[in-house]
Amino acid sequence: MVPLFVLIPFFSIIILNLFPKKLMQHLSFVWLGFLSLAQVYLVAAHPVWFWDTKLELWNLLFSFHYSVDVITLVVLLCIGIVVFVSLLASRAMISDVHQRVNFKNLLLVTLIGMNATALVTDVFSLYVFIEITAVSSYIMIAMNKDALGLEGAFKYLILSAIATVMMLTAISLLLLLTGNTSFETVGAGLAGAGNSLFVRVSIGLFLCGLFIKSGLVPFHGWLPDAYSAAPAPASILLAGIVTKVSGVYVLMRLAVSVFGLTPSVQALLMFIGAVSIIIGAIAALTQTDFKRMLAYSSISQIGYIILGVGCGTKLALIGAVFHLFNHAIFKSLLFVNAASVEKELGTTDMDKMGGLTQRMPVTGITSVIGLLSTAGIPPLSGFWSKFIIIIALWQAGNFGYAAFALLASIITLAYFLSMQRKVFFGKLKAGLENIKESSISLIVSQAVLAIITLGVGLIFPLVISWR
Amino acid sequence: MALNLILLALLLVAGIWTVLTTRLVRSVVGLALVSAVVSILIFRLNSPLAAAFELSVCAGLISVIFVTTISFTQRLTPERLEERRKERLGKYWYLPVILIIAGILLIAFKPILDFPLPRVPSEQDTRNIIWHMRHVDLLGQILVILAGVFGVVILFKEPKK
Repeated sequence: MVPLFVLIPFFSIIILNLFPKKLMQHLSFVWLGFLSLAQVYLVAAHPVWFWDTKLELWNLLFSFHYSVDVITLVVLLCIGIVVFVSLLASRAMISDVHQRVNFKNLLLVTLIGMNATALVTDVFSLYVFIEITAVSSYIMIAMNKDALGLEGAFKYLILSAIATVMMLTAISLLLLLTGNTSFETVGAGLAGAGNSLFVRVSIGLFLCGLFIKSGLVPFHGWLPDAYSAAPAPASILLAGIVTKVSGVYVLMRLAVSVFGLTPSVQALLMFIGAVSIIIGAIAALTQTDFKRMLAYSSISQIGYIILGVGCGTKLALIGAVFHLFNHAIFKSLLFVNAASVEKELGTTDMDKMGGLTQRMPVTGITSVIGLLSTAGIPPLSGFWSKFIIIIALWQAGNFGYAAFALLASIITLAYFLSMQRKVFFGKLKAGLENIKESSISLIVSQAVLAIITLGVGLIFPLVISWR
Repeated sequence: MALNLILLALLLVAGIWTVLTTRLVRSVVGLALVSAVVSILIFRLNSPLAAAFELSVCAGLISVIFVTTISFTQRLTPERLEERRKERLGKYWYLPVILIIAGILLIAFKPILDFPLPRVPSEQDTRNIIWHMRHVDLLGQILVILAGVFGVVILFKEPKK
């Protein structure tokens, strides 16, 4: 019944839009909440009746080739959690009924795009669903129709178009080389083709396209503008999961299962990962806008995932997938924190903030959990995933990269402590006396994400010792 | 080969014209010309169905939509038009230069880049591939159209006062 991850949201869009708008806004909220939580349940509980049942009759009408492994499951889980949180945030942050309905429609399209990207086993279908996710993301970023949002969406659109040209060219070359676009055929064809210029150009173009989609340095120009200018629920979705699915996950999937981790691909990935870690962290240090700082921090954290993928050992890949999950959770948490602050203060300028924990205790405390996890402080979840990546790098003999990843965590801690000092700690800034804790839906989102961050960190050593 | 080169040169000229011209209608004409040339190239590459799609949708339908939209806009005054012309030339003067440099580089590196492309015989009919083998991509196509509709509603529909 796995195709239902795609088909149910697809039919939901059509059916929900048949209802009057006022009814639809409540119905779509409940239904999207149900869909995202059902996805979390189906992945976490893994009921056999769902995963092992084939839709025989449906398969006659609609053929859908998919594969599910641990990486797919982790990604589907992250999608469910982040879509749910973004939905809750939209209730608090979007006041206009029409815009709220429009956002939910886009959220459903994005959900289908991401779920299908995680499941398909064909490079062309992969491209189609990456584009669907991207198109709905452009609209989400620009939906407030303000100058910054339109600029952010435009930058994302232009750079994505370049990525699209690269990926489509690569797919055409791979089709010429192997005669098909399925993962299996392309992988076998590449394995038999050796290391010719043709193969290197194809893989290089595809990887460059995915670097742009992942927002990795030096292809990151669109990311800070898009994340900071988007409406808060869209920022949560983009930073939490969209770039991870359409960039990082696809890169991981293709590099490991299709292209194969050749020494040159490994060297390229590790270099790009390391550069992204350091440039993202240094750029984050200099920001005064809360959301821009988080955006640069995302570039840095995605660098860790790519560094793990580039290392290529089993342990490093486990670390990379684990950090992908952790980053989806704690970065969503930090963006919900930013949304809470933005809702109450009407700005994300950190120079206008100070001592907010006194007025917004839940936001303040959960942001500390998010920051400590991002910086890799034990016992939070981010510590374990970074620790695994660093150990794997060391075991594989990449001592320089291991030391580098360790030292970069100190810079991460520095910019997050600076943010905490400016925004949440210290004396309450004059004029902020009437500020109060944010709405219940944002509080619930923050609490859930903080509990996951803390819980995964505390449970992880027990799981390891039990194994 | 000579015809292909002429078509590619025409493609570049039409592309640059589309970007540099200050009148939107001329820009649309330039874009339609780009699509028409691309259609001929695709046809010459033995894909008549794709060429027909490119010609009817990109050169035809989309141009009609653009011209319809432009007919709702106001014309610029001659002074403003002149200002825009200078602005555009100042902004995009480097485009032809980049193309010339890229052309020189391609010719210089031709021996390296001119590797033989493997030829894969396509035994399947395009219609069969689309309707019987790629259901998921068809679903994707519907979703792109849906996303486009939502985009138009969100970005262009004015709220009721």
